[in-house]
Amino acid sequence: MVDLILSIYEIPVINILLKIIVILVPLLLTVAYFTYAERKVIGYMQVRIGPNRVGPRGWLQPIADAMKLMFKEIIFPSGANKVLFTIAPTLAISTALAAWAVVPFGAEMVLADINVALLYILAMTSIGVYGVILAGWSSNSKYAIMSTLRTAAQVVSYEIAMGFALVGVVMAARSLNIGDIVGGQSGSGIWGWYMWPLLPLFVIYFISGVAETNRAPFDVAEGESEIVAGFHVEYSGILFAIFFLAEYANMILISIMAALLFMGGWLSPFDGIEFLGLGSSFLATSSIVWLLSKTAIFMFLFLWFRATFPRYRYDQIMRLGWKVFIPVTIVWIYVVGIMYYGELSPWFVKG
Amino acid sequence: MKPLTQFFNSLFLAELFKGLSVTGRYLFKKKITVQYPEEKTPQSFRFRGLHAQRRYANGEERCIACKLCEAICPALAISIESEEREDGTRRTKSYDIDLTKCIFCGFCEESCPVDSIVETRIFEYHGEERSDLYMTKERLLAIGDKYEEQIAADRAQDASYR
Repeated sequence: MVDLILSIYEIPVINILLKIIVILVPLLLTVAYFTYAERKVIGYMQVRIGPNRVGPRGWLQPIADAMKLMFKEIIFPSGANKVLFTIAPTLAISTALAAWAVVPFGAEMVLADINVALLYILAMTSIGVYGVILAGWSSNSKYAIMSTLRTAAQVVSYEIAMGFALVGVVMAARSLNIGDIVGGQSGSGIWGWYMWPLLPLFVIYFISGVAETNRAPFDVAEGESEIVAGFHVEYSGILFAIFFLAEYANMILISIMAALLFMGGWLSPFDGIEFLGLGSSFLATSSIVWLLSKTAIFMFLFLWFRATFPRYRYDQIMRLGWKVFIPVTIVWIYVVGIMYYGELSPWFVKG
Repeated sequence: MKPLTQFFNSLFLAELFKGLSVTGRYLFKKKITVQYPEEKTPQSFRFRGLHAQRRYANGEERCIACKLCEAICPALAISIESEEREDGTRRTKSYDIDLTKCIFCGFCEESCPVDSIVETRIFEYHGEERSDLYMTKERLLAIGDKYEEQIAADRAQDASYR
């Protein structure tokens, strides 16, 4: 019996499918409880309690929300292009989930260990924007098309800044493979992480990530005070839920990428340093626990930002992207080049 | 502010960090939400809720059908018909308040010379059809009978301010 199960497990298709399930199920659960955490955290910051009625302390709230959305009717607006209208959320969710294929969770724990992983993730997040654009365009609604125009301009602008920020990482690690990038940060504990030499790029990467996922304070695409709900104003039921899933999956992706590229991923902050005899304890071992807790920090930042910042005006967003972020990243890429030739220890020492 | 200071303040996101620290502090503050059905906020004795008609201690209804409340009601929610009773006193034949029109201003209570029509503290009531919110004389008197103790206590508390 065990042999049979093992032999089934060895079949490549089944093997990959199982791995996909192992990644996606926890991811979707995280998304569900991320929405709950969002409502709780924002509630707490506004001196409220947040959802606490469904189940003990409100823990079943995301399940209830999902059930409600599943049973709601999907309404196609008159004049909407039905095909594109359904393709749009599919495109958004499929790219948001496909990006997770190359995300490593440990030195060996990666579904697809490809050498252009970073490029692949940038490509996937870029295609995901087409979901939003298609949704707005196919809705046959003025609000939706306004939101689409905003999103297109905003995401294109911030993608450039984000790409430049990642160029710095690639220069430092000399690789596009995420495993190698994390490996390049090992050896000197917290000081070895790329966030120190690349601090401006790190900050710009995360802020661009917030803008890419259309989250507050860059959520002009949703802009509920001006354009109701933006691109998903005409969506209801499960199609709307899918947009929601995609948005949150992208937020988690941005968070885990920030943890991997700038904060040493699964490496322990005490990795490779002898301090109070920590060198060999659990704290110094690299594990997925470190990766997930670092990711959680960034996920919390998303919520914290949303609770704190008022929405940027559209022209302010454009100014920030083109006139602040892009010049700063270009300057810092030069600085990285200088550090690279100076073989600045411990980050730029050639192996 | 000097342009240079302003430049560095905005470059290092000084004001944004200030904002984050405010919300960060509030994250740990005591929450002030009132969990409504279990917890309730204190009510004033002047609370203006559901209407009631009162009686004297001997069981005689107070209302003398002077129609002052009907006259003052800004929402025209009150309609009264009066007649002479066998003992020669003027009484109401019908006394109706349409709660769907009522704005709970309390003018009827203010205008009443015999403290007959009052507004009680009751605010958790509902009607499943419109007629449920059309209060007749019988229903108003029944509410008055049921909550007379509370109504009298509230009026006594308010008496010194009048």
